[in-house]
Amino acid sequence: MTKGTQTGQRPLRVAIIEENSVRAAILLDGLREAGVADVEVIDTMTHMLRRLSTVDPDVIIIGIENPSRDVLEQMFQVSKLVSRPVAMFVDRSDHGMIQAAVEAGVSAYVVDGLRKERVKAIVDMAVSRFNAFDRLQRELVATRNELASRKIIERAKGILMRTRQLSEEEAYALLRQTAMNEKRKLVDIAQSVVTAASLLEK
Amino acid sequence: MRIGFIPLLDMAALVAAEEQGFARREGIHLQLVKDVSWSNIRDRLAFRQFDVAHMLSPMPVASQLGLGSNPYSCFTPFALGRGGNSITLSLHLYREMQEVTGLDGSEDALANARALKAVIERRRQDGRKPLVFAMTYPFSSHNYEFRFWLAAGGIDPNSDVMMTVVPPPMTVDAMTARVIDGFCVNAPWNMIAVEKGVGRIVATKADIWPSAPEKVLGVSPEWAEKNPEILSRLIVALDAAARWCDDPDNHGSLAEMLGDPAYVGASPEMILRLLKGELTVDPNGRMRSMHSYLMFYGQAANFPWISQARWIYSQMIRWGQTDHTDAYLARVEAAYRPDIYRTALVGSAKVIPVADSKVEGVGSNSIVGSAAGDDLAAAMDAFIDGRAFDPNDIQGYVSGFGIRAK
Repeated sequence: MTKGTQTGQRPLRVAIIEENSVRAAILLDGLREAGVADVEVIDTMTHMLRRLSTVDPDVIIIGIENPSRDVLEQMFQVSKLVSRPVAMFVDRSDHGMIQAAVEAGVSAYVVDGLRKERVKAIVDMAVSRFNAFDRLQRELVATRNELASRKIIERAKGILMRTRQLSEEEAYALLRQTAMNEKRKLVDIAQSVVTAASLLEK
Repeated sequence: MRIGFIPLLDMAALVAAEEQGFARREGIHLQLVKDVSWSNIRDRLAFRQFDVAHMLSPMPVASQLGLGSNPYSCFTPFALGRGGNSITLSLHLYREMQEVTGLDGSEDALANARALKAVIERRRQDGRKPLVFAMTYPFSSHNYEFRFWLAAGGIDPNSDVMMTVVPPPMTVDAMTARVIDGFCVNAPWNMIAVEKGVGRIVATKADIWPSAPEKVLGVSPEWAEKNPEILSRLIVALDAAARWCDDPDNHGSLAEMLGDPAYVGASPEMILRLLKGELTVDPNGRMRSMHSYLMFYGQAANFPWISQARWIYSQMIRWGQTDHTDAYLARVEAAYRPDIYRTALVGSAKVIPVADSKVEGVGSNSIVGSAAGDDLAAAMDAFIDGRAFDPNDIQGYVSGFGIRAK
């Protein structure tokens, strides 16, 4: 316990093992906001062990989709590589939190003797940042899809205008009416028009 | 049911159970979820993202002993088979062994280990840095088999070389980049290293200990308690699936199935050769033909022997991962559950071993008594160092090793 209070005195040192630079930046930002200034990002598996033993962090944050987790397991077994014992942060009394961590795809390893509440704040932050990153990814994909849809609709309109001598408004109305009649998405109808036209052109 | 797996050929019974309808016949639908690390498999089983999982045979033992960073206690009622592992050294290292000791390529695994010993001695004299060898997880058959083979050749894995972990899909690249000098991993990675011209297979799992269990079905105790009937039906489905996988007539379909990117994602032609036990061991084209290089069903390969859990424990003690105590021994036995296997399959036409434990590696064709009265003839069962393992004398077995953690 005395060791816990001792480690509680000095600023926490956190290592982030993350190859995706955007996610690393999001985490780094979150840690700074939480008042953790001493953060090291390790972005490659090469020399990961050597860098970790140089950094000697109190907390290691790593995404669970990173295969290097098994490398860490071995490191914790071979005591000479780390000066202090490390364990995955699993607080049985707070099952919900660790569940949330695994669901968000993040795991944290913590040196023995650290006060729980200090670590909990960091893990909670990592979970919310991982989730934020996920949202960002989803939004990015949604935006890309929307852009692609718009292009397809534009092309379909162009084809209808050309082949059926319609105005732009009439072409759009025809697409929308067909989509409503067939209970399908506008973009799907547009895609069919584009596909059909390309077949006919050949 | 959600089942976590790592893409390796030894998961065949799980894939066949779903794809060939053995699970459906038992009224179960298996959702196979690919994962990237054994740590994830362990944690996702612990946090209910998986109901059961494809696991390394030492993982349930380690979990019961509280080893590793999230020791969630699980158990296995069913082994998924034997074999598939090999030890591959970098071609540079193997060619150096040939230069130093005059190996012609026809030598057995033990001779290869001794040749490696000679090279290590010479490198030490020349002041070169120690060789780096990789396995996949600290509590893996690969770790214990690699160490067993090295030690049989007179090499101390703790002081003569560096042992490290490299995830299976990265082993070949790590060898190509000369980050590691050798690795022990399951199929298909060894043969991929040979085909890429960077590695030489020098030993297989069967050379080290033919009966060694490889992967097992890891089960969460909470889930099993709530779903004993489903667990039982899953064992019946896996039993049928494993039998199907062993039949040479099905190897073509099995290779296609496993080759799918959703599962292992390697070329079906190579998988088929591995299923047939036709290994290319050297980039120069040298072949080795092994009957049942991968065994999914035969010789009671699915039976979770208590004596094998004890052997795994003996290796954990040998390499300083844990100590020998009676309390620990009781936990080791909680990791392997032949009782559940037997209950699930009782009454089937299957031949089920009558004992939970046997002396392992007796050195001849061992015979196992079965409940049906027939004898199950196992093939030649011997350890590479020639010593048998008496499960009732772990202490004596461990102290008999010249090379072990001090």
